[in-house]
Amino acid sequence: MKHCDLVIIGGGPAGLAAAAAAREAGVEDILLLERDTELGGILNQCIHSGFGLHTFQEELTGPEYAQRYIQKVRELAIPCLLDTMVLEISPERVVTAVNTREGLFQLQAGAVILAMGCRERARGSLNIPGFRPAGIYSAGTAQRLVNMEGFLPGKEVVILGSGDIGLIMARRMTLEGAHVQVVAELMPYSGGLKRNIVQCLDDFDIPLKLSHTVVDIQGRERVTGVTLAQVDENRRPIPGTEEHYDCDTLLLSCGLIPENELSRGAGVEISPVTNGPVVDESLETSVPGVFACGNVLHVHDLVDFVSQEAEQAGRRAARFLQKGEERGRTVQLVAGKGVRYTVPARVDPRRMDKELTVRFRVDNVYKNAAVVVSAEGEILRRKKKLILTPGEMEEIRLRREELLEHPEWEKIEISLEVAP
Amino acid sequence: MYDVVIIGAGVSGCATARELAKYEAKICVVERFEDVCCGTSKANSAIVHAGYDAQPGTLMARLDVEGSYRIPQLARDLDFPYRNNGSLVLCMDEEDLPLLQALYDRGRKNGVSALRMVTREDILAMEPHVREDVVAGMEAATGGIVCPFGMNIAFAENAAENGVEFRFDTAVTGFTRTREGWTVRTDRGDIETRTVVNAAGVYTDVLHNMVSSRKLHITPRRGDYYLLDKTTGGYAHHTLFQLPGKYGKGILVAPTVHGNTIVGPTAIDIADRDGVNTTAEGLEQVMQKAANIVKDAPLRQVITSFAGLRAHEDGHEFVIGEAEGAPGFFDCAGIESPGLSASPAIGHMVAELVRDKLLLRRKKSFKATRRGIVNPAELSFEERRALIAENPAYGRIICRCEGISEGEILDAIHRPLGARSLDGVKRRVRAGMGRCQGGFCGPKVMEILSRELGVPMETITKSGGGSRMILGRDEDDFREEAGV
Repeated sequence: MKHCDLVIIGGGPAGLAAAAAAREAGVEDILLLERDTELGGILNQCIHSGFGLHTFQEELTGPEYAQRYIQKVRELAIPCLLDTMVLEISPERVVTAVNTREGLFQLQAGAVILAMGCRERARGSLNIPGFRPAGIYSAGTAQRLVNMEGFLPGKEVVILGSGDIGLIMARRMTLEGAHVQVVAELMPYSGGLKRNIVQCLDDFDIPLKLSHTVVDIQGRERVTGVTLAQVDENRRPIPGTEEHYDCDTLLLSCGLIPENELSRGAGVEISPVTNGPVVDESLETSVPGVFACGNVLHVHDLVDFVSQEAEQAGRRAARFLQKGEERGRTVQLVAGKGVRYTVPARVDPRRMDKELTVRFRVDNVYKNAAVVVSAEGEILRRKKKLILTPGEMEEIRLRREELLEHPEWEKIEISLEVAP
Repeated sequence: MYDVVIIGAGVSGCATARELAKYEAKICVVERFEDVCCGTSKANSAIVHAGYDAQPGTLMARLDVEGSYRIPQLARDLDFPYRNNGSLVLCMDEEDLPLLQALYDRGRKNGVSALRMVTREDILAMEPHVREDVVAGMEAATGGIVCPFGMNIAFAENAAENGVEFRFDTAVTGFTRTREGWTVRTDRGDIETRTVVNAAGVYTDVLHNMVSSRKLHITPRRGDYYLLDKTTGGYAHHTLFQLPGKYGKGILVAPTVHGNTIVGPTAIDIADRDGVNTTAEGLEQVMQKAANIVKDAPLRQVITSFAGLRAHEDGHEFVIGEAEGAPGFFDCAGIESPGLSASPAIGHMVAELVRDKLLLRRKKSFKATRRGIVNPAELSFEERRALIAENPAYGRIICRCEGISEGEILDAIHRPLGARSLDGVKRRVRAGMGRCQGGFCGPKVMEILSRELGVPMETITKSGGGSRMILGRDEDDFREEAGV
């Protein structure tokens, strides 16, 4: 079997940044496997702007942002196999993949970086009753059809879910001549970025109905209409609040799920909260030598943070290849009150960088709250926040010094202090 | 002039077509949808019932047992997925024990072999997810599971290979008696035939009542289902049934031949013969009833829900035979559960009736076997390598959830009675059947269909008719704006 020091699965923003960082950290033998015929991943269909404000202090489109990293990977001459699907990763890091040129092949990897991204929640898993006609698309599929293939999936549109892709597609479909009647959101708040609500809905007079869901889909061949209803605090439709919309298309933007079928096959421990691998400060999963970054790890709000995280995974995979397995005492990071999860979930103080960024999401909308980092009852940091929403990723930093100074700490908790 | 026109390309119609293809006869199957397996046959529990359930002496009982014995061999001959996982009927209440015994006795009377009563301990050892308060059960070793599309399509393809013609997108509108037999009136012109087989599912009564004074009445009985992700594979090993009793008829929890779990169905009588919409109440019922037999049902792992219609005849019996006052018009009506299991026997029975009517002679050239679509995932590493080396299209994965390659999709499109829509591809090779439900592969399959069939993307449908997937091209709008 052929050997390869570092195999990276996925050539989207995470895989590209990880590859470049690993090479810069001294890994010569890298192979990136991408299932599409081009590098760049989902960014290629995100032709709107707003990418790269943090990384490049510029407002780029998705393809432009991707191109910066593709360029870098090309300059570093990192080999990439395109149109190649990985079928399996074993716990021993044997990667089985297939394409039309090499056929079916296996590689023994020294280290693996998981960068497969995420997928959209489909209609089936949302339990929406009704018929199953044509015209029901996930927002991302519609985005691909419109932006990459040049087709209009529908003309009279209702959107369920106010995730960022749904918001972006409300604007995009409008610009393409479709009529977006309404965006319904099950939760009492939007799951998308504030700026997208303003730029994609408000600017186009598209109403956003919070605490609403689709309770029926009509149409035997093509969608002919949907029924919305308001939901109560338990997210159950309230009888009598039904409203009918004549439409030919229903777009769904109801959440993203990290794509971890390969990770599970490799025996990687998956968090039931993020649906992504449980990782440590090196972004190493429960399987030694297998690292994860980007949306396969947890769904991000901005690609800039994906790139940052992926660079860390690349550097850490390089370190693993150079130093071998190093597992020592770890400190657990605990998601406390108001916090859904933290990435990473544990930290080895001896391995961590001088400063470590911990990312997390909150479980509701909070105003005038504070993020509190504490250990053994001692408050390490308190950061005041005017507003916290589930749609935006938050971060705090941990310093290696303070962790080394306190070998007795077993847990560090990140929680919210909410004004009464 | 045809010898036989079969109305309906569901599993009954196609099983009949295949059986009749063994004779010297000119046969045509007429189907209102764009493909085979579009009605009741595509949305059901996918179970091969052992045959203990129907009342002894009924056609339902006899054909179920006979069909379930024929299916394993047919699965080998016609290359469709079937697994003999066994059925387990669960008695959840002491009071219902006599009903369990009655079921056992009925099964013996119906000629079902390999029935055995099992204790609570036996059940929990075999099926750890069954509720602890289960009282006893009955195991039917000949019970099985089948791919309902696979079996239907296999019958149809084998019939086509043996000379049976198929006309799709053709709805029957009426009949006229002729000297030789019948004129079948359709929305695409008249068809002359000596005999008619009415296998129109929930529409069999409508067609029957056009020609016979002895009326038939079919009620569409809806069943809602949940299909769970393959990650739940192994949740149930047997097909788990709740013993009908004190709390009414329960639902089943079963593995599918492809490794998913299926939970359902409800039984809701409706008026709309095309009412295959799920309802919130129906789906709620499935959840509740599942909890009657299993604990921690993984209903968070739902990948899709759907509903199918059973053609329930008032007497709850298969109505097979020549319609009164309509010589040469054969009904194949009331085919509800266990219709899928019975279908090989139904086809055999109907074919014999037609044979005797027309005095058909056996054909010498009948080809009894059919090769299904190669599934590379079932090959060994070396075999799969060789397949891709020979045809690289098997190396390009299109559906990532189910791991379906372009090679399989091309085969699905180009074989006899090939797929012409997204659902047609899905039923043949499972592209789009997985957890993302076609979100990723849908546009790619559309492109392949468009390319291979030589038709524009705008004409690609989900399932024929007006189920177009896209409603325009972006350029149209650009052209309009530019005044071109």
